[in-house]
Amino acid sequence: MGSLIKSGGVSGAILSRIATNDQHGENSEYFDGWKAYDKDPFHLSRNPHGIIQMGLAENQLCLDLIKDWIKENPKASVCTPEGVYQFSDIANFQDYHGLKEFRQAIANFMGKARGGRVTFDPERIVMSGGATGANETIMFCLADPGDVFLVPSPYYAAFDRDLRWRTGVEIVPVHCSSSNNFKLTVEAVEWAYKKAVQSNKNVKGLLFTNPSNPLGTILDKDTLKNLVRFVTRNNIHLVVDEIYAATVFAGENFASVAEVVKDLDSSEVNVDLIHIVYSLSKDMGLPGFRVGIVYSYNDSVVSCARKMSSFGLVSSQTQFMLASMLSDDSFVDNFLMESSKRLGIRHGVFTLGLKKADINCLISTAGLFVWMDLRHLLRVRNSFESEIELWHIIIDKVKLNVSPGSSFQCTEPGWFRVCFANMDDDTLHVALRRIQDFVSKNSNKTAEKASDNDKLIQNNNAKKQKWKQSNLRLSFRRLYEDGLSSPGIMSPHSPLLRT
Amino acid sequence: MTRTEPNRSSKSDSENSGGGGGGTTAMRVIVPLQGVVQGRGGLFLGSVIPCAFFYFLQFYLKRNRKNEPDSGEPSPDSDPSSGSPDPTRSQSVGNLTELASLPRSLSRILLSPRLSGGAVSISGRAGCGLKGGDSPYHVGQKRVEEDPYDESGNPDGVIELGSAHNTKMDWVSEDPGEAISDGLCMSGIASYEPSHGLIELKTAVAGFMSEATKNSVSFDPTQIVLTSGAASAIEILSFCLADSGNAFLVPTPCSPGYDRDVKWRTGVDLIHVPCRSADNFNISMLVLDRAFYQAKKRGVRIRGVIISNPWNPTGTLLSRENLYALLDFARERNIHIISNEVFAGSVHEEGGEFVSMAEVVDTEENVDRERVHIIYDLSKDLSFPGLRTAAIYSFNESVLSASRKLTTLSPVSSPTQHLLISAISSPKFVQRFVKTNRERLMRVYAELVKGLKELGIECTRSSGGFFCWVDMRGFMSSYSEKGEIELWNKLLNIGKINVIPGSCCHCIEPGWFRLCFSNLSERDVPVAMNRIRKVCETCKSQN
Repeated sequence: MGSLIKSGGVSGAILSRIATNDQHGENSEYFDGWKAYDKDPFHLSRNPHGIIQMGLAENQLCLDLIKDWIKENPKASVCTPEGVYQFSDIANFQDYHGLKEFRQAIANFMGKARGGRVTFDPERIVMSGGATGANETIMFCLADPGDVFLVPSPYYAAFDRDLRWRTGVEIVPVHCSSSNNFKLTVEAVEWAYKKAVQSNKNVKGLLFTNPSNPLGTILDKDTLKNLVRFVTRNNIHLVVDEIYAATVFAGENFASVAEVVKDLDSSEVNVDLIHIVYSLSKDMGLPGFRVGIVYSYNDSVVSCARKMSSFGLVSSQTQFMLASMLSDDSFVDNFLMESSKRLGIRHGVFTLGLKKADINCLISTAGLFVWMDLRHLLRVRNSFESEIELWHIIIDKVKLNVSPGSSFQCTEPGWFRVCFANMDDDTLHVALRRIQDFVSKNSNKTAEKASDNDKLIQNNNAKKQKWKQSNLRLSFRRLYEDGLSSPGIMSPHSPLLRT
Repeated sequence: MTRTEPNRSSKSDSENSGGGGGGTTAMRVIVPLQGVVQGRGGLFLGSVIPCAFFYFLQFYLKRNRKNEPDSGEPSPDSDPSSGSPDPTRSQSVGNLTELASLPRSLSRILLSPRLSGGAVSISGRAGCGLKGGDSPYHVGQKRVEEDPYDESGNPDGVIELGSAHNTKMDWVSEDPGEAISDGLCMSGIASYEPSHGLIELKTAVAGFMSEATKNSVSFDPTQIVLTSGAASAIEILSFCLADSGNAFLVPTPCSPGYDRDVKWRTGVDLIHVPCRSADNFNISMLVLDRAFYQAKKRGVRIRGVIISNPWNPTGTLLSRENLYALLDFARERNIHIISNEVFAGSVHEEGGEFVSMAEVVDTEENVDRERVHIIYDLSKDLSFPGLRTAAIYSFNESVLSASRKLTTLSPVSSPTQHLLISAISSPKFVQRFVKTNRERLMRVYAELVKGLKELGIECTRSSGGFFCWVDMRGFMSSYSEKGEIELWNKLLNIGKINVIPGSCCHCIEPGWFRLCFSNLSERDVPVAMNRIRKVCETCKSQN
């Protein structure tokens, strides 16, 4: 044990293992990319050759709606002349339960974000510092150091930090593969569970994001039902991170685990095992507000998490502001509709642009990103070194910060997560242009080495490429405007995109 | 000490509420046995025999349990997968009642997944936290919540003299127009910002900290990490400086919150170092040293010492000599110092000199600066508890970098940061605010001490902070912790005032109480005094 403890800097006084180990996982490419971006951030006019940030799942498409609302409701923020009379009360408010109005408003919003098919009990809403804090809190509540949670991979890169770092909980990945479009199956979970138990691990539960980060796919209701049955059968916990619930922009309805719990017969589900993590960072695009929610059906977990929330309460001013914003029904309804519409358009534009560079993505119907397939561009197939090599080229030469699959613990090299909702249309256009240039250059290079026969085909391809490029700007614009006027047509489920 | 995880043993819960004692009973057997079976292999046999005994006990109970369904009685927490639960009872209700009689199992081996099928098991930490709700600290808080005193609305309600609020400082009446002038600018508040705080706010906080220490030391904004509340700041330091199983030394009486903030999730232990009324509750370096060695002998690794200055609950200010002695102690033992200075701006004694640890180490070598970590909180001096903003100020780059990463788990919301920036950036305003706050505290404190004196009650000299450390030893029916709790009950139920008994602050001597006077206005003091008088009279008549 002593040997594990490293001395902290030059000082004699040593630090804890938590402070000195790298369990925080921030040394992965996922975070390196952010650092690279910070050094040389793209700006359309000021730094047009900088790195474009496509590694950050931020939802900036509807910020104008929120800005408008704040302007129309100056009282709510407490910091304006109209609202300042409430300052004293708000600044002094101190209750771990949170403002009553805030919890009520969040419960309503959570229901609406799930299509109004379920209702949530405000008394079960526990605050924490963002979804990050919420995930950690639920881990603290459910597992002891050394216990195991099953997490389907590829999974969110920072889970290694959020779930493990301070709690000492271990993650055992449930591998999903491209052969069935990375779909999570009950069989895979069962197999991973059995293996973990066999190797003497204390499996405490299963955790996944739905809609999935980084895949952008949603889990169908039947699988979700079966997973709930599975955890009930084995008496382990199920934590569903639904922070992307309202980013669903196409396809079938998103089924929340809350819906499944409601539908299933009480003999099939032990509700004490079901917990939901939620946040406003993605659905509302308000990550700066740092609102995370733990919603549990288990009374002891609610009470325990509430005690822990003193380590990461949402500031009362933020609570107050959000309470009035989210209680405004017409605003919320309009926001959710508009947000999903704009995400759908953006997704369509982006995937179509990639398609023109012969890049396919996993078909997705939610999220702020796509799961991009660059396996054909790897120097050596099936090699993670090649993936990292390619990633370095993309960030250094193409100047895009995308996140490689390996930082999401993906087992197949060549997949990348690319975020598309944290930029304006012009930046997106530049990003697409860079990708297309890169791919065409790349294919030219390979073409030189290829045989005559291949060269012919390649030439044809290159010609096509050129043609596409010249038309790109135009088609892009037109597409976007078409989409605005008739969003129904621009569904990413159109056959055009499926092919 | 191994950390025994008090947990919900999933099997033998329902039938053996005696088995709950199992853990403690077994310990009671083991310890004397180790004494009895001395000599050759004494320690070994002394441990093995009771363990074997306990194992067979568990085995026996488990077998009994298996027979239970045969008796035809459906158990309330029957296995949800094999039998259908009682439809008239919701799962959670069944679980709750079961929770009430929660026994503490000895080890987590009993909870392994191979025993699945029992009640849902949550983590040991959670179980541990759940039972923490019945201390006087929490009971009192609850009573205040249910029935709060209000001069006109509810004159018979409970007066809160327990938790450290500073509610009577009417912040905005100071001058809202000047303080919050530019309103909320929308740019930047909604996107991801560095979770450890905006540099503008850090600069403002550093300025405020300097102001609170009367500019005797200037704080460097780059050494600040902002966290959501002091609880989170203390926990982050605890995570950074100690591993689970290590311990911090804490001179007592100390803040009742440490049990949760330092210990709960980190698994770090606190070793209380008692200070006594005979020494005016001053830290004795000798006792501190002894505690260090005793812990070392037991194999517990001490990672630091936690002090609060101004001292919560006594209100004492640590002198420069005190601080140098502590620094020497930390240097000799190679440990850290966490200096909790959340009341730095609330020194209310005239001529009272508050010396920040930052000032003391200003002249020191790097190596010794790196063991000093300071906690500051905007919720006390500025009475902003709702805005959840506190700061870690450290000289140790590794601690700062780890803390910055840890704040992603409990960050401050950016609209609030922007609000605070515009609120505390004006030096003129901050100066005036600190001054007004001090004067108000001074007045209320003087009133309170005068009132207590008239009742024949003494208290230690408080120079800073919101508390009065009151000696009520004369009113206890017996000089014991029981007597103290009895008196506390009377104060709450007869006098209808909520105070914190010394035992919550881990004071070694019974009969001391923490009174928080920052909640009171001068008009409230006589009301509180009348109520205390009523309690004193009943005590006297009984004695």
